[in-house]
Amino acid sequence: MTNAAESTQTLVVERVFPHPPEKLWRALTESSLLAQWMMTNDFEPEIGRKFRFQAQPAPNWNGVVDCEVLVVDPGKRLSYSWGVGGSESGLQWVVLWTLTPVESGTHVRMEQSGFRPDQQAAYKGANYGWQKFFNNLERVTGELQ
Amino acid sequence: MPAAANDVFRALADPTRRAIFEELSRQGEQTVHALTRHARVSQPAVSKHLTILKRAKLVKHRREGRETHYRAQPAALAPMVDWLDHYGAFWRDRFDRLEDVLKRME
Repeated sequence: MTNAAESTQTLVVERVFPHPPEKLWRALTESSLLAQWMMTNDFEPEIGRKFRFQAQPAPNWNGVVDCEVLVVDPGKRLSYSWGVGGSESGLQWVVLWTLTPVESGTHVRMEQSGFRPDQQAAYKGANYGWQKFFNNLERVTGELQ
Repeated sequence: MPAAANDVFRALADPTRRAIFEELSRQGEQTVHALTRHARVSQPAVSKHLTILKRAKLVKHRREGRETHYRAQPAALAPMVDWLDHYGAFWRDRFDRLEDVLKRME
């Protein structure tokens, strides 16, 4: 953990896979393939599609992630909301996948960021509220380290 | 006992509550009256928000005469930080599994 404020506003995981973007896209968007590495799901790559990931229930969590497809840019970008806790008062996040062809295959970037439910429509500004919040709290959270 | 990560996230999911928590973090201890002036919402609304922040253990209060004073408890953000750590591990594990699936695909 480097800095609480920095790491809480957006979570990024990146890796280069020795496979072409088309293949990555299939693994990200074909429900049966997705189930093999993510979770059981009823995903369809259609904007506005509401779907669910179902994981093993854990303490304090029923294992359900409620999602809605936000961006489908074949072979390039895929985004869905990520809701834990069911109702509107639950926790909402946005997951954004970005695929970039590189010489050795495909660079995959997964970004998970927090956002306010009332900003769902304005996806581009989605994590602004949280970013500002965590920037302001940087000083305070420093003492957690 | 620390509050559950869910309580902390829910408490801070609301922009007014985030503003109240920020204000307390920045300015130190304040009365409900002072917070109400800052928040630009009614006092009952501020009190309600404070109750939710209290439940998440993000604020503490003490009574002095007729006034209640609140102060931020930044250490209560810890479950949130832990939760993000947990998600980091979650995604790295999924990336490993994705790699295996890609190998098996033709």
